[in-house]
Amino acid sequence: MVLLEIKNLKMDFGKNADALRAVDGVSFNIGAGETVCLVGESGCGKTVTALSIARLVPAPPANYVGGEILLNGRDVLKMSGSELRSIRGGVVSYVFQDPGASLNPVFRIGNQIKESLKLHKPEKATNEEVIRLLKLVGIPAPESRIKNYPFEMSGGMQQRVMIAMALASEPKLLVADEPTTALDVTIQAQILELLSELKQRLGMAILLITHNLGIVGDMADRVAVMYAGQIVELSPAKELLRRPLHPYTKALMASVPKLHGTADRLSAIPGNVPRIGNFPPGCRFAPRCPIAKPECSDKLPDLVEVEAGRFVRCPFWKSP
Amino acid sequence: METATPNPTAEAEAPLSPWQLFWRRLKQRRIAMVGGVILVVLYLVALFAGFVAPYSYDRQDRDRFFHPPTWPRLSSFQLVVPRYEQLSGDFNYHAVPDDTRPVRFFVRGDPYKLFGLVPATIHLFGTGDEHYPVYLLGTDQFGRDEFSRLLYGSQISLSIGIIGILLSFTLGMIVGGVSGYFSGWTDTVIMRLCELIMSIPALYLIISLRATFPPSMSSAQVYAMIIIILSFIGWASMARVIRGMTLSLREQQFVLAARALGQTHLKVIVRHILPNTFSYVIVAATLSVPYYILGEVVLSFLGVGIQEPNASWGNMLTAAQNTEYLRNYPWLLAPGAAIFITVLAFNFLGDGLRDAADTKA
Amino acid sequence: MSLLEVKNLKVYFPVKHGMFSRTREFVKAVDDVSFAIEPGETLGLVGESGCGKTTLGRAIVRLVEPTAGSVLLDGEDVAQMSGSVLRARRRKFQMIFQDPYGSLNPRMTVEQIVGEALDIHKLTDSKAARQKRIIELLKAVGLDAIYAQRYPHEFSGGQRQRIGIARALAVEPELIICDEPVSALDVSVQAQIINLLRDLQQERGIAYLFIAHDLAVVEHISRRVMVMYLGKVVETADAKTIIREPQHPYTQALISAIPEVDPESKRQRIILPGDVPSPIHPPGGCPFHPRCPIAEERCRTEVPAFREVARKHFAACHLAGTKIASPRNPARSDAV
Repeated sequence: MVLLEIKNLKMDFGKNADALRAVDGVSFNIGAGETVCLVGESGCGKTVTALSIARLVPAPPANYVGGEILLNGRDVLKMSGSELRSIRGGVVSYVFQDPGASLNPVFRIGNQIKESLKLHKPEKATNEEVIRLLKLVGIPAPESRIKNYPFEMSGGMQQRVMIAMALASEPKLLVADEPTTALDVTIQAQILELLSELKQRLGMAILLITHNLGIVGDMADRVAVMYAGQIVELSPAKELLRRPLHPYTKALMASVPKLHGTADRLSAIPGNVPRIGNFPPGCRFAPRCPIAKPECSDKLPDLVEVEAGRFVRCPFWKSP
Repeated sequence: METATPNPTAEAEAPLSPWQLFWRRLKQRRIAMVGGVILVVLYLVALFAGFVAPYSYDRQDRDRFFHPPTWPRLSSFQLVVPRYEQLSGDFNYHAVPDDTRPVRFFVRGDPYKLFGLVPATIHLFGTGDEHYPVYLLGTDQFGRDEFSRLLYGSQISLSIGIIGILLSFTLGMIVGGVSGYFSGWTDTVIMRLCELIMSIPALYLIISLRATFPPSMSSAQVYAMIIIILSFIGWASMARVIRGMTLSLREQQFVLAARALGQTHLKVIVRHILPNTFSYVIVAATLSVPYYILGEVVLSFLGVGIQEPNASWGNMLTAAQNTEYLRNYPWLLAPGAAIFITVLAFNFLGDGLRDAADTKA
Repeated sequence: MSLLEVKNLKVYFPVKHGMFSRTREFVKAVDDVSFAIEPGETLGLVGESGCGKTTLGRAIVRLVEPTAGSVLLDGEDVAQMSGSVLRARRRKFQMIFQDPYGSLNPRMTVEQIVGEALDIHKLTDSKAARQKRIIELLKAVGLDAIYAQRYPHEFSGGQRQRIGIARALAVEPELIICDEPVSALDVSVQAQIINLLRDLQQERGIAYLFIAHDLAVVEHISRRVMVMYLGKVVETADAKTIIREPQHPYTQALISAIPEVDPESKRQRIILPGDVPSPIHPPGGCPFHPRCPIAEERCRTEVPAFREVARKHFAACHLAGTKIASPRNPARSDAV
């Protein structure tokens, strides 16, 4: 059963002559209980796409100029204010990158979780439920932790609190925007472990945004790779890691140093990530692409299904 | 070796310095530009006060005490000014009909020194005939032209504001920068001193400072004294804020980099830390100037400001305190209006500067 | 003679309670660390937050004052120097910072930023020579000469890091402390900067102390690697060796925590319970024992010595060499 369907989403920042396209025709689905990773570098539009699912991007300057976001069949872009408030937390919850900045420093964490409960499940807005949630996310001695302020907790603990807040309303979809980037590696492992367990236990779908391909390997069922506002490759995770098809994906994987790696020199991708408003004509990766041909800059390639369940935006994907 | 050639189209625009970006953002704020234009006009007029004012600030017209404003009228395409006559002994003046003289521009009048240096006699406007005076804002109890005195007074009041904040803010920035950068005992001592200064009520401070100066001084000395007194009060709060900003700027990596290169402490403070406080300083300065102008007014009210016959907005207002004057000769309040407009203009400009500085990259 | 020899370096920060009370507690950010770097060599330094790696880097460059110990650069103790002597010596060691957005003064042009380095040490004697040198440096890091008049906000993160590297190179240092130079950059740009650093090392024989939390990056660029935990060095060895045969349980857990790109890997993840501890109240005995899956009674009471456990391979663990192959520890129990 398909939970989320994003169809040809187009979003600009600004209007008319000043408009800068941030999301350019993005389409993908998430099924119930599925984990999809959205991979890309800064400025590719992954965060904005994810925030759009609950229309969290402030609407000026954001301007949706095309496409649909169907959450359980209803288009989020056409929802009214009250409908949006009910899906936010109710159907889709968010966990953001820096837990220190996402938690209000002047309120105790018990109250912040209760606030989340009051909005969607008011009959459960009790300390007992808060304690249950804290146990669920693996915080030891939750009874005493309820009274803590965010600054009294470590980064890993804070992120667990964020996850507890997100889960309070039993969402069907959890959107996690780089949830472990700000955390130490050993804590990152803990949080990813927790997300896997929760996924299994609660049957929740997860949209995980990251720039770390290793996390993709550990967590994802399917992967969408974004570049300059578009999806350039969409594929089951294991297939993509085993055999990437798009030149960008291949170059990205080749440029990341690996443990036990033998490369003497990393094969870096030349140039810089194009900034919004400065996308090159035709294929946006062409200026940096090792196999670019002259015609690549003429026409923007379509996202085409080239193998079962595998989509690529490159006519020359077969080249080694 | 690979070079990273950046996207050529991205760098097509001419580069803009942080100042240029700031200026561009400021221009978009209409009200700030209005304030700015008003101030530019005020300061230009103050600079050329001798030229714009038809009369000298101490020229007494013994026939025309408390004369109401004489505004030029349009009569057969000419600006003319009528002659007034005192009908009874109590300063009631009436215009004599059909007895007028045209107002001319660039007339000869009382001698003055432009910029205090260049002797000249040409004034912007006038009639050239002393029986047909142009008193745009009337005269005071000594028969002196209020408009001219207003302009000469603007030189004092406006310049006190600018020089005062320049002095106090420079001192405040240096002291605050040093205090925040070195921390420890230096910081503690300096900050306690600032708090001491700030906790003394300004009025008493002003009076006690005035008492440290000899009671009779030349007007130039009084002018300098006023600036010193006002600056002394003002620098402490600026120092506190700059010290706070320095504490956080000190940890920025570009400051660490400068230290790692071996830059001397003084240069680190002056080249790296203080320039990054400018956006705050400019706004604070603009919003503080009105207090200096008002401070001069307070000093005059206390009788320790600029002395007669020199004009300042403060002593002009002080002389107009009498209720009888206010009722019968309201034009004597012109300096109050001038102060109001000036303070408003500074506030408009300051708000605009703050908005422009706020979203700095 | 080693280029850099750090001996028993300690950096303690006092924790003050109130304005007038005497200091009772210390944050032992760096607690008795010793190591050496040879000319032209790269020593990698890994650890998580609170381990003291950044403080160590800054103490070597005297941006933070060492509390005790010595930092011998070409035989001279830099930790004891001050004033103009120290300032002159600063030419020998420089630092590259982590945050590309905070490491350049936003009000200075590129030319002023790089030129300041030349001016402080009077390395050029005419305006023309200075200009020429700045352009040379920009070229050396892969930036075009026309960028000299631009301001930092017009550049991308990777380019700003290059400017920072040019600034460090200007004084012709023998040692550069790289404090997480690529952590804040996009993945596709990280490789460019890593390659640039390697090339510069090969051309100019500069030694690096490469501080990072990403073991894969550190392994790639370093000849030897040091692992720090709570202010102490827990393991040091050749880069390849430490990855293949880690002796200390923390190193093993660190390696196993790294998400792997290889989908076929059936590697068992070692999940450490609890949080990275705070350096104000370090545990007694071995600092790692509260989170260690194989901790014994001895570990709680005795601080393990930093000893050679294999050739040129040092570790501070009573049970060095024991492989932790335990199944995943749930992250719930016995958190610190």
